[in-house]
Amino acid sequence: MSGVGERTGVRGGLGRGAAVGPGGRRLRALARAELTLLGRNRTAVVTALLLPLALPFSVRPAVDNIDLKAEGLSIGTVTLTAAIGFSLLFAVYSSLVSTFVARREELVLKRLRTGELGDPEILAGTALPAMGLGLAQTVVLAVGCTVLLGIGAPPAPYLTVLGVLFGLALCALLAAVTASFTRTVESAQVTALPLVLVSMMGSGIAIPSEVLPDRLASLCELLPLSPAVRLVRGGLTGHLSGYDALGAVGIALAWTGLAVFAVRRWFRWEPRR
Amino acid sequence: MDINEHGHVIEVTDLRRVYGSGFEAVRGITFSVDRGEIFALLGTNGAGKTSTVELLEGLARPAGGRVRVLGHDPHAERTAVRPRAGVMLQEGGFPSELTVAETARMWAGCVSRARPEKEALALVGLGRRADVRVKQLSGGERRRLDLALALLGEPEVLFLDEPTTGLDAEGRRDTWELVRALRDAGTTVLLTTHYLEEAEQLADRLAILHEGRIAATGTPAEVTAGQPSRISFRLPVGYFLGDLPPLGELGVCGHEVDGDVVRLRTRELQRTATGLLVWAEGARVELRGLDVRSASLEEAFLGIAREQGVAA
Repeated sequence: MSGVGERTGVRGGLGRGAAVGPGGRRLRALARAELTLLGRNRTAVVTALLLPLALPFSVRPAVDNIDLKAEGLSIGTVTLTAAIGFSLLFAVYSSLVSTFVARREELVLKRLRTGELGDPEILAGTALPAMGLGLAQTVVLAVGCTVLLGIGAPPAPYLTVLGVLFGLALCALLAAVTASFTRTVESAQVTALPLVLVSMMGSGIAIPSEVLPDRLASLCELLPLSPAVRLVRGGLTGHLSGYDALGAVGIALAWTGLAVFAVRRWFRWEPRR
Repeated sequence: MDINEHGHVIEVTDLRRVYGSGFEAVRGITFSVDRGEIFALLGTNGAGKTSTVELLEGLARPAGGRVRVLGHDPHAERTAVRPRAGVMLQEGGFPSELTVAETARMWAGCVSRARPEKEALALVGLGRRADVRVKQLSGGERRRLDLALALLGEPEVLFLDEPTTGLDAEGRRDTWELVRALRDAGTTVLLTTHYLEEAEQLADRLAILHEGRIAATGTPAEVTAGQPSRISFRLPVGYFLGDLPPLGELGVCGHEVDGDVVRLRTRELQRTATGLLVWAEGARVELRGLDVRSASLEEAFLGIAREQGVAA
């Protein structure tokens, strides 16, 4: 414990990562630590990796009973959409609810807030690894399904990409909202459930929304993850009109705005006492 | 202009903090800290120390009054203050699965002008524990990791909320030495503590907080000087308080009797003690349990708590 007075000439922070700007450097540092943590949480890794891969095939029997051709769908597009949807729900949304709660209860978020990071940076840095995992999974699933299920090149890939990006952003934001109302890491399993179930059933992940009764289907289009899933599937099938695509983008933007508002209003940075 | 016209690094005016429950934790406090000064906020648990420091750190907005750190509002202008301030919370939070080195590297990446992580860890004596996971650290080691991170940005102002709680005696002395060295290198330090010895050893100036208000402030010597010295003893069997010489003549400014125990307060310790001992000698009695102590910070602290407790 000495040598405070002798200031070293080397200032480690300068130069290192100067090209990405201070915000980018901070985000990267936080995301790197969070990625290390994700790698050390075996349960989270297994859940995040296996569920999206296994679940789509569990819905196969149900899908087999549906006359897909009449709806302009195929096994490939339905399975890939389901897989991407499950990836968003489990690898990104559920896993991030637990992460946000864990970091808050460990007082990590409070400690980070004493530093130079801004609030959005803290949330984004914490969420980036899970979002990256979701994105990587989506790419792997897309390639896998294309090869194995013979989907062929998607007619409107940009819609799929847009849908995935909206899905990732919304899942991270909604995870932060859900974490605000979650007291412990254990209860995160429960508080994440409503959105997971509603999205699986109503947003066209486990059950293609095309096979729902019309009135129910149009109501379900308003659910938070529905527009993302519609865009993903629309890009794969090419059966989404420009008008419908715009509508989906509008709903997705509305949910994004609402989620941002909710996070700013209700997100808790430290445990209740 | 970073510092105001008086040269204060920290300036607090009539500061108030009210929690959502309506509890008023800070009830109008005013103080200032100069550059290169160690200022201690001393108080019992619940006195309002942490509530105050969190306002200085910019973690919350005050309910009333004004805070300036390096000339800026730490809450509204956090981007101006944060790069120049180091913070150690009362309870630091670090992911338990990261190692010490990984934690320091993450934090260094979030600091504008980071000193090398190894140097910061070495400063607090954690150099050899770099590869240990945070969950395996002792409570004291965790405090020292927290301090290392607070020092990573070579801060001009350092906020330390109970920096030595959980440390053993040696660790505490090491931390004191480090904080003094930082002060000597020009760092301004605001710390909270409920260890009176810590305030006495470290602080250039201090304020004693009690129920959200400043009960006394000044250098440790000034705060102590305002307090009377104390003498206590047991009355010999068969004697009463009235058998002593008139207390006023002994320079006593206050007294209590508790059974056969007499406690005297005096601002002229030598005169009172001499008078008392001369009387005992003359009366050929022994003053059992005789305890004579000059005013210390502890006396000041207990005195304030007692007086305010009675007043409340």
